[in-house]
Amino acid sequence: MFSRQLLSALVLGLAGLISPGAHAAPKTQFNVCWTIYAGWMPWEYAGAQGIVDKWAKKYGINIKVTQINDYVESINQYTAGQFDGCTMTNMDALTIPAAGGVDSTALIPGSYSNGNDGIVLKGKGKTLKDLKGQNVHLVQFSVSHYLLARGLDQAGLRERDVKVVNTSDADIAGAFATPKVTAAVTWNPQLATVAATPGAVKVFDSSQVPGEIIDLMVVNTATLKDNPALGKALTGAWFEVMALMKAGNVPALTHMAKASGTTLDDYKSQLKTTALMFTPAEAVSFVTSPKLAETMKRVSKFSFEKKLLGDNAKSADAIGVAFPGGAVNGNAKNTKLRFDDTYLRLAADGKL
Amino acid sequence: MRFVNRQPGHGGRWLLALLPLILLLAAYATGSALRLADNPEDKLLPSAAQMVEAIDRMAFTQDERTGDYLLWADTAASLVRLGLGLGIAALAGLCLGIAAGTFPLLRAPLSPLLTLLSMVPPVAILPILFIVFGLDELSKVMLIVIGITPVLARDLEQRAREIPREVLVKAQTLGANSWTLVLRVVLPQLLSRLLVSLRLMLGSAWLFLICAEAISATSGLGYRIFLVRRYMAMDVILPYVVWITLLAWASDHLLRRLNQWCFPWSVGEKP
Repeated sequence: MFSRQLLSALVLGLAGLISPGAHAAPKTQFNVCWTIYAGWMPWEYAGAQGIVDKWAKKYGINIKVTQINDYVESINQYTAGQFDGCTMTNMDALTIPAAGGVDSTALIPGSYSNGNDGIVLKGKGKTLKDLKGQNVHLVQFSVSHYLLARGLDQAGLRERDVKVVNTSDADIAGAFATPKVTAAVTWNPQLATVAATPGAVKVFDSSQVPGEIIDLMVVNTATLKDNPALGKALTGAWFEVMALMKAGNVPALTHMAKASGTTLDDYKSQLKTTALMFTPAEAVSFVTSPKLAETMKRVSKFSFEKKLLGDNAKSADAIGVAFPGGAVNGNAKNTKLRFDDTYLRLAADGKL
Repeated sequence: MRFVNRQPGHGGRWLLALLPLILLLAAYATGSALRLADNPEDKLLPSAAQMVEAIDRMAFTQDERTGDYLLWADTAASLVRLGLGLGIAALAGLCLGIAAGTFPLLRAPLSPLLTLLSMVPPVAILPILFIVFGLDELSKVMLIVIGITPVLARDLEQRAREIPREVLVKAQTLGANSWTLVLRVVLPQLLSRLLVSLRLMLGSAWLFLICAEAISATSGLGYRIFLVRRYMAMDVILPYVVWITLLAWASDHLLRRLNQWCFPWSVGEKP
């Protein structure tokens, strides 16, 4: 008797706990997240200085900007639906939310890595070809892995010529300081530390494959469709900060340097290898250029080979990637990642 | 009857034991079904069928690249590390515990040091461990050793000090010297306690193992979890977590049986 009462009470309570997944509908409260990286510090500045609030107010909404300490966790949280938007690279946008069935829109291509990711080998005069036979430390299945694949391509090697050791990004600088670790692929700010190791040579970096590792602000497509105000406010806030950065505004840059835990000089040197798209026009021409489709095709192929597109993916074309103007790479019926120039164009035309 | 005096019957006890588990599973299944209905590609709460498929892929299908059966290769790699770590920690903990617990002259320097060391969070000093022990297997084993040895040693020291003074005096009047005293009086009593302490430290040992594998590795249960977390493959992670739980439970059970078998006196009469 007692057990039956208990059972029914618990089942009822449980049913109340589980609410159906939140569906996109016009709403006024939005959450976006970002992680520390040279090209994403403008979001910190825009959040802390009330620039996001100002633009959100203009469109009658609220946007909360949250910093997440763990990059992969931030993307997972976005994919799970905890955030309406999040910063991530083009490859991670394809392999985490898009492969997880979350239709995502790359709202703002903020910058691309132009030397921020690199392959470092120990030993004087080493070249890319010396990768052969090495234990290469990197975060497996990340853009570092992609960069390694591109580097191996150029050296005429294959991945089976090296041994990849999964090493967390937070510990890779410490790992490289140990004598046995002779090869590593990583990104800034760790890359700077690793490359500065005496006797180490940067043999390849993303400036040799420019525009392929793109730093995006990705937003849930359904949410964006129902709430264009979110797209307008974020885009407006972003380019307001970009204008400050283009002008070399020292207080703004100092603020960003401090927030990323480094000095102004160091932050400036990180920005040198980050190709920021300062104006909406630059961003528009970047997303409308045919090279972007080529890059995404390459990223899809890499991701499929590494089985990152999901178990159901039968080919590199399993997930459709849409570009401005309606062109789609891969399966158009399963389009899950969209590059969009609508909001960039509004910004370019001064209509925000 | 007052609530405090109500006893579950035999069947009731089973029901009450299983109930939370069933509820958890039901909650999971409901959440999973809801999310999958919303988005069939959702990876956060995979269905049972998806997890079975993942288990089949990880445990019973050869990996194309290496030709290994990944789950078993990972399990073997992790168990070797765990076994070595626990073994070394047990031996070191026992020696230190006996030394500090039996000899006042050794206790004076060791006891405060062990207390201090047991407070250091090993994960926080990982970069130093890399430099000292390298990034290979050794550093992973050493993380476990450094993490649990001081705690083991402190516990055993305490047990050694709890041996009644009279017993030690009696052994000496019967002609025992320091060495025979340790060998015949202290060690037998502590060995049983060592197994109990090891059981209590198993959870920490697994924690340290998984931390170490997350940082740098090419195989292991923790390695796989952190690797596939990169694209949120919960269909692999959840079975791995269940498997780790099973392994941990089995090793706990094994240590308990070992204690029962080697030191029946310590377990007491069976009711």
